[in-house]
Amino acid sequence: MTTTAPTTTTVLDATDVTMRFGGLTAVRSVDLTVNSGEIVGLIGPNGAGKTTFFNCLTGLYVPTEGKVSYKGTVLPPKPHLVTQAGIARTFQNIRLFANMTVLENVLVGRHTRTKEGLWSALLRLPGFKRAEEASRERAMELLEFTGLAAKADHLARNLPYGEQRKLEIARALASEPGLLLLDEPTAGMNPQETRAAEELIFAIRDKGIAVLVIEHDIRFIMNLCDRVAVLVQGEKIVEGPAEVVQADERVIAAYLGTPFEGAPGQEEAAEVAAAEAHSTTEGDDK
Amino acid sequence: MTTRTPTTDATAKAATAPAPPIVPLPPAAARAVTVAGSAVAFVGTFLAWTWTDEFPGNLTVTGYPGGLQVLTLVGALLTLLFVLSGYGVRGLGWLTPGGTNSPVLLTALGVLGTTGYAMGAISQELGGLVNLEPGAWVSGIGALVAVIGALGLPADQPYDADEPHPGLWGRIRHSLTAPEPARAKDLPSWAEILIIAAGFGIGLYVFAYGIGTEYSELFVGFLIMAAFGFTAVTRAGLLRRLSALTAKHRNVTLAAAFVAAICFPFTQSNDQFALIGANILIFATVALGLNVVVGLAGLLDLGYVAFLGVGAYAAALVSGSPQSSIGVHFPFWAAVLTGALASLIFGVVIGAPTLRLRGDYLAIVTLGFGEIFRITMNNLNGNSGPDVTNGSNGIPNIPDLKVLGFDLGVPHDVLGHELTRSGNYYLLMLLFTAVVVMVFRRSAESRIGRAWVAIREDETAATAMGINGFRLKLLAFALGACLAGLAGTVQAHVSYSVTPEQYQFAGSVPPNSAFLLAAVILGGMGTISGPLIGAALLYLIPAKLQFMAEYQLLLFGAALMLLMRFRPEGLVADRRKQLEFHDTGQLDVPDDKPLPDGATGVAKAGA
Repeated sequence: MTTTAPTTTTVLDATDVTMRFGGLTAVRSVDLTVNSGEIVGLIGPNGAGKTTFFNCLTGLYVPTEGKVSYKGTVLPPKPHLVTQAGIARTFQNIRLFANMTVLENVLVGRHTRTKEGLWSALLRLPGFKRAEEASRERAMELLEFTGLAAKADHLARNLPYGEQRKLEIARALASEPGLLLLDEPTAGMNPQETRAAEELIFAIRDKGIAVLVIEHDIRFIMNLCDRVAVLVQGEKIVEGPAEVVQADERVIAAYLGTPFEGAPGQEEAAEVAAAEAHSTTEGDDK
Repeated sequence: MTTRTPTTDATAKAATAPAPPIVPLPPAAARAVTVAGSAVAFVGTFLAWTWTDEFPGNLTVTGYPGGLQVLTLVGALLTLLFVLSGYGVRGLGWLTPGGTNSPVLLTALGVLGTTGYAMGAISQELGGLVNLEPGAWVSGIGALVAVIGALGLPADQPYDADEPHPGLWGRIRHSLTAPEPARAKDLPSWAEILIIAAGFGIGLYVFAYGIGTEYSELFVGFLIMAAFGFTAVTRAGLLRRLSALTAKHRNVTLAAAFVAAICFPFTQSNDQFALIGANILIFATVALGLNVVVGLAGLLDLGYVAFLGVGAYAAALVSGSPQSSIGVHFPFWAAVLTGALASLIFGVVIGAPTLRLRGDYLAIVTLGFGEIFRITMNNLNGNSGPDVTNGSNGIPNIPDLKVLGFDLGVPHDVLGHELTRSGNYYLLMLLFTAVVVMVFRRSAESRIGRAWVAIREDETAATAMGINGFRLKLLAFALGACLAGLAGTVQAHVSYSVTPEQYQFAGSVPPNSAFLLAAVILGGMGTISGPLIGAALLYLIPAKLQFMAEYQLLLFGAALMLLMRFRPEGLVADRRKQLEFHDTGQLDVPDDKPLPDGATGVAKAGA
């Protein structure tokens, strides 16, 4: 039964996830799997329910129906337990601990992977110093990895925007996740920063961490993702490789709308364009 | 974009031009006038200020300064030292690593303030200016001349780039600012430790002098001089230097502070002043416990004094007091454990339901629970409920503690000094304070402490990082309660009795919940020394100025508003808070380089 392809295991398996707020169904029976070593994209127009779906995955919301399991075990509906299980996330609007230093932010991310409690801290038991040092070392490694090591002692609030995004990723990685959920990691970034983010996400994938990413930037997601799922009005309409999704009529319709009856064909459109060009040149002459 | 280059030029010009003095004098003349003025003020303190010793402090003796004269003398001396350091006199340069002229102005203002206050108080209490002897006029005029001279000194730093031409008020305010001192050379570590010790020695002396002031005129004068003197020392950069040293030798600093605190009761022969010291320590310890809850975990607790009450009542019930409804007499250590444990349980019981709330809701609910505690203690009197606490009479006649055969209730002779009852309790309380300081410091610098701060910063993000928000908040709440309970057990014995009225939300006598919170905020949230200093000030000022007891809350409110306006991070700011409220240049913005001409041209063409 040995296959040539590396054994891919399912990291995240969301089946039939539905989230209702009162009468509003924000997410309607969405199935999604993420396999190890994969980067999966989740796209959709504004208000499609992407972030709501994310919150269902991370335990921030308890799904009305359906279940989410991570590596075969059903996830408890508490954010800190989800993180402990091995899913880390970033936020769409950056949520760093603004008045802590960069290093402290990452150290907080280590919370679930360390055990030293209050007694250990008060009595400075022998394990305490060792655990602190190990945490610090690991945090510095992550800062090196994301290129923030030089700013370890700066306050998080004083970092420029792009670096705050990076720090959020470093903080999430500190919890040693098997799956990283990124909520619009390139929102508000310029093309260079976007490219850097892309490389960072590839590097994270190469560390053996599966990535699920929400994004608006279609070009970014098409470069990045092995598989893309499209969410429209709370429903998953298509899932597949980037090219397939890009060519799908329903996706185009969702983003650009469907042509209506008597809509201008290509010829009419060309005519209109020509007429406009003509009138502007006339205007310049006067 | 187009206007960027010119602005940079303008700011560069403004930055190089020195700010002119407020009184137009050549610097050399201004300096000479200041020296002359403060010397005259100094000499004036050796003359008689008034003719009768009816005014407290006996200011009538020529050649022997007393009372308020001493304060003027010290202030004038400080002014002289700062001016001479500004002259570049060898051996005095270390006095002013930061600003040189603003400390001179501040101390001169302090001298003028104390002398002026003294003259005003004399003429008001004795009825008219005629009661002033020439000495007072000499000092007063000298102080005024010194201030005028100091106003003629150039400011220590150029005007802010964004406000190159401030008005008169702006110029006065600016003349009181000073640049940060440069990094000090490394001294041998024994010298640095000696400097720390000397710093704490001076601090202890000033503090003991303030507590030991016998009459309120002297205390007011002390407050004026201390406030100006402290600001002057800060502007001179000495405080920054000292805090750099203390940050380097943290354990030495803690030890020095502890030793200085131990020395305090030996400086006081009056039992009443030692009692003030003990009460300050109780107040400060509870404030530090509250700092865990408010400063670290960010949980606004308005009923915190209830935990102090639980500890005190628990200790009182097992103290063997004849009025206690439980006729047991626990040894000291068992009473302390009982008090702490009772508070801990109470904290968990109150915290478990309330900590599900956030922000304002939590504040209101804790306020309610604080009042519930007080009313319950009132009602457990045998009429409205079971007889446990004697209702509003409380539990009186709490016997004095005996620790290891050492009776804290009677004076003892230690190394030739008499240690009074309050002195004994002060030292016992100091032990508890040390424990609480250690608990605070160690828990803050750990995984748990970081998780608390993370919860304070952003609870949603903290839970997404795997922090069990509810559990850690409960831990902070319970730890805070336990520390307050610890202090409560000593408080019950110090004050002989516990009554429900001691544990109100707001009252005229600290500690109460409002004052505790004020001590934390005033002193500086999240720091160790902040709440200690805040508590000391909040206790000492009302205790010393009995005559204004009616206006106490009004003045307290005014002081809080001023502080929040001018120093929102509190008197002692940790680095984090400093960065949060003030731009200190540590922003990670690259240097503002003027754009090349080409860029300007393009932008212009585009426009």
